[in-house]
Amino acid sequence: MHTTSWHSVSMTLDECIKCNICTSYCPVAAVTDKFPGPKYAGPQAQRFRESGQITSPDVWVDYCSACRVCNEVCPSGVKIAEINARAKAQIVHERGIPLRNWFFGRNEILGRIGNLAPQIANLGFHNPVSRLMAEKILGVARHAPIPHWSTEGNFRAWFARREKLRAEKKVAYFHGCSTNYYEPAVGKAAVAVLEHLGYEVVLPPQNCCALPMLNNGEFPAAEKLFRSNLKKLAPYVDRGLPIVGTSTSCVLVLREEATEMLDLENAQTQALKAGMWDISEWLRERLEQGELPTDFRELQMVVPYHVSCQARAHRMGRPGLDVLMLIPGLDVREGNAKCCGLAGTYGYKAEKYDIAMQVGEDAFRFVRAQGEGVRYVTADSEICRWQLEHGTQKLGRHPVEILAAAYGLYDLDRRQLLAEMK
Amino acid sequence: MPKIETDLLVIGGGATGVGVAWDAALRGFRTVLVEKRDLTHGTTGRYHGLLHSGGRYVVKDPHSAEECIRENRILRKTHAHCIEDTGGFFVVTPEDVNAYPDQFQAACKNLGIPCEEISLRAALQREPLMNPRAARVFVVPDGAADSFQATHSTAQAAQIAGAQILNYHEVVALIPAEGDPARVVGARVRDVARGEDVEIRAALTINAAGAWAGVIARTAGVTVNVIPGKGTMLAANHRLINTVLNRCKMPDDGDIIVPIHTVTVIGTTDEKVQDPEHLTIEPWEVELLLREGDKLIPGISQARFVRAWAGVRPLYQEHYAGASRDATRDFVVLDHAARDGVAGLLTIIGGKWTTFRLMAEKTVDKACEQLGARKPCSTAETPVPGVEHGHYWLGHRLREVEQNHLQSELVCECELVTRAMLENAARNNPTLTLDDLRRDVRLGMGPCQGGFCTYRAAGILHELQVQNSQSKIQDPNTWHVADLQSPARNAKLEIGNWKLGVGTPNLLLRDFLQERWKGLLPILWGRQLKQERLDELIYLALMNADHLPDEDAVSPMSDFYSRRGISTTADTEARDA
Ligand SMILES: Cc1cc2nc3c(=O)[nH]c(=O)nc-3n(C[C@H](O)[C@H](O)[C@H](O)COP(=O)(O)OP(=O)(O)OC[C@H]3O[C@@H](n4cnc5c(N)ncnc54)[C@H](O)[C@@H]3O)c2cc1C
Ligand code: SF4
Ligand code: SF4
Repeated sequence: MHTTSWHSVSMTLDECIKCNICTSYCPVAAVTDKFPGPKYAGPQAQRFRESGQITSPDVWVDYCSACRVCNEVCPSGVKIAEINARAKAQIVHERGIPLRNWFFGRNEILGRIGNLAPQIANLGFHNPVSRLMAEKILGVARHAPIPHWSTEGNFRAWFARREKLRAEKKVAYFHGCSTNYYEPAVGKAAVAVLEHLGYEVVLPPQNCCALPMLNNGEFPAAEKLFRSNLKKLAPYVDRGLPIVGTSTSCVLVLREEATEMLDLENAQTQALKAGMWDISEWLRERLEQGELPTDFRELQMVVPYHVSCQARAHRMGRPGLDVLMLIPGLDVREGNAKCCGLAGTYGYKAEKYDIAMQVGEDAFRFVRAQGEGVRYVTADSEICRWQLEHGTQKLGRHPVEILAAAYGLYDLDRRQLLAEMK
Repeated sequence: MPKIETDLLVIGGGATGVGVAWDAALRGFRTVLVEKRDLTHGTTGRYHGLLHSGGRYVVKDPHSAEECIRENRILRKTHAHCIEDTGGFFVVTPEDVNAYPDQFQAACKNLGIPCEEISLRAALQREPLMNPRAARVFVVPDGAADSFQATHSTAQAAQIAGAQILNYHEVVALIPAEGDPARVVGARVRDVARGEDVEIRAALTINAAGAWAGVIARTAGVTVNVIPGKGTMLAANHRLINTVLNRCKMPDDGDIIVPIHTVTVIGTTDEKVQDPEHLTIEPWEVELLLREGDKLIPGISQARFVRAWAGVRPLYQEHYAGASRDATRDFVVLDHAARDGVAGLLTIIGGKWTTFRLMAEKTVDKACEQLGARKPCSTAETPVPGVEHGHYWLGHRLREVEQNHLQSELVCECELVTRAMLENAARNNPTLTLDDLRRDVRLGMGPCQGGFCTYRAAGILHELQVQNSQSKIQDPNTWHVADLQSPARNAKLEIGNWKLGVGTPNLLLRDFLQERWKGLLPILWGRQLKQERLDELIYLALMNADHLPDEDAVSPMSDFYSRRGISTTADTEARDA
């Protein structure tokens, strides 16, 4: 299927010096012997896969969660997770996509459908009977933390209704599917913070970033989505508007994951890469430029900060932490768990749910260790927040929500803008 | 001195000699084969890996071409498991646009070599890294062939038919008949592993020592002028192509790229050398191969290379003195009785790996003439053990490791060699060094070039040795190779003792590291250099391999491994000065 070029990620297998560092870090290989580890499934196995092969020799790559921890620790620059993703795509190409994974790939459509009548959708899907059926029929893990549809309308509708700040300085916002359909509050908090900085927020047309499809090996469909976003975002990139995103994993896909996996590197993707920001990263940049207001209220609490593997993969340090640490009274504690386990759509799969929970145990333990009094946990990726909520019964919040609360704009508990509560 | 009596003594454990032993045994001759090192240690184990379709010789040497296509069809049946059906392209690169391609096409047609011209688009779809500026592309039935496995399987077949295959047995001199110096009656042979001499008496001695054939013949006072044509090859770390790529032009240096097993091999050069034993790789050869390789696969010169090696062509042409590239690839059977008045001796020389079976057939035909006819040749219809596994495909080891959950059993992770494969190779075939196991199961042939498997393998052999001392030694001269390549089948094999186990683990380790190092030096840059730095840290910094106990111990191979395999610019300057 995908042809090889010298730029293909699979070529990075040549960088491997067999040191096994990745093997000792892979959170999945540590808890299951269904997956042999990054070196074995990645650069090593890749030498036994022909580019035009008729059948894939191995299927264990399916157990790679795509957390990219291996890429991060590899001293040689092997793009192991992407090699695995491409091997998965080859398998899908040969054998077709399981119905469940097809659905996972289309979470945007699910979001849109549920959004039509969210109460009914929530009731219909989030009850023990239908979850059990979904597990039996589709293989969707019955206990996995599938989000609820937002019952107060989607984010874009809210944005369209409200009165916007008009300003010279503009910033474009990429909300992603989860904010639009499941957690509009994150988007509201982001808009409030951006406006508080004096920026006019514009909302480009956009679609699903394609992460679920990439993770499930549906490359041709993922390529369509990515190209569509590329086209929709191009005018903003061309105008030099920074595009900030609250879903760090969507941002990662748009910046580099899609181009690397799909072998699409060109001037346009380069420009998008330069124009996209994780919102915390962008806020930290404002801080460094002396543009970040510091009119914070005190927030007296302990908040465990789980570093999402997707955030790590950006190689941008810990901007969320850098910004939250400005808030007086706030005691942010950085965890060092490698991955929450859920990793995209991984932990939603019945056969992988237990693995995901075992992987997540490190993160859960870290959160629990911060004391009984902890109410909120924070992480840059919604997936991690949902998994942490599921594993620790704390409330998950995006760093920008905490920031909005500290600016006095947002009720962290009820997830509402104070201006809208009056 | 122990004595062995036989009908035929075959000298040389390359493809040709082993083929002769197989054919002879099938025809009912009592046959003994001696090889001074391991089977395929000579040219056969240092070749390019191409099962010729004949396309390469079609214009220049049509007779060879015809033999190639005929043998190609036969070997696909008798040695199917040693062959990958890659197919081959003849690519007309921008440099090759001239009258040759048309001649090539016509000649293929003439000789019945299937040759189909395909569009550049179709060619690039199949081989995306191929030169996109190619003018024309022809498809021929080339293949990739594993000469280690093919020769081992043939040896097993020979042995089943009754032949005795003795490796690490070096001919010291041919023995003249008492009172009749014009008759050879066998050879004095040194059992190098045990350090003792053996006399082998034979009605007919067949010299199949390849590039060394002249040295053997000389001990009987016969002159055979072998032109040793050295050829160097480079292996890139993984498969960049899955089809053999040939330039469509008169055969020259660096114009073939073969995908074989997990690597991509560019070759070859062709240079007359003095001594087949001391091959050095010159910097200009490496440069030339990279430069020429870029014409078929632009960018290949920047790929990671894991190894360089050289083999020497056993070219023979009576009274020929030209360039070795232009010497014929034909083979000849020299009947020294007719040619030199020395009876009891035949020499088989020249040819290609692809034609080894035919060479054996012609040689044994000649033996039949001299010793009285036996059965007709049956090798073309007799599959060798292992053939039941079908053609080789790249993914098979990976699939078997996964399906049988053998990942924790891997000794050589790069080439997916399990512990059972290694042990069975040592237990079923005479094994003196880890390099012998490399030829059996590909130990240490991947990117790390022995970095992670050498110490493991040495330790495992040590354990075998300890077990050996507790039970009785088996016949060291049997071969069992049909299942060695398969991680899955080895897990179930019945096992015995390590055969020929002599070295200490430290010696095994040092020898293998030295052997691997030899082929690394010529390509030591970039990513492979990074790898070797890690390997160096493992062995020299962590294990102190330079100062292990029994520092003075040597094996029969130690000297060979520690000879420099590369000539440096400084050497060349010193020589020219
Ligand atoms: C660079 C190169 C690339 C090639 N590529 C191809 C290719 O792609 N396809 C193809 O079909 N052909 C190829 N060939 C040709 C092919 O490899 C050879 O023709 C073939 O391997 C020769 O086999 P052999 O058995 O005659 O010689 P060898 O394999 O050299 O066997 C001779 C054996 O005799 C042994 N010997 C020497 N002295 C003694 C002694 N005193 N006592 C006992 N044993 C002794 C040696 O150790 C050696 O093992 C290539 C050759 C070269 C050099
Ligand atoms: S991406 Fe994560 S799960 Fe996959 S191999 Fe790498 S570390 Fe392991
Ligand atoms: S960490 Fe990188 S170099 Fe080391 S084994 Fe893994 S992929 Fe290879």
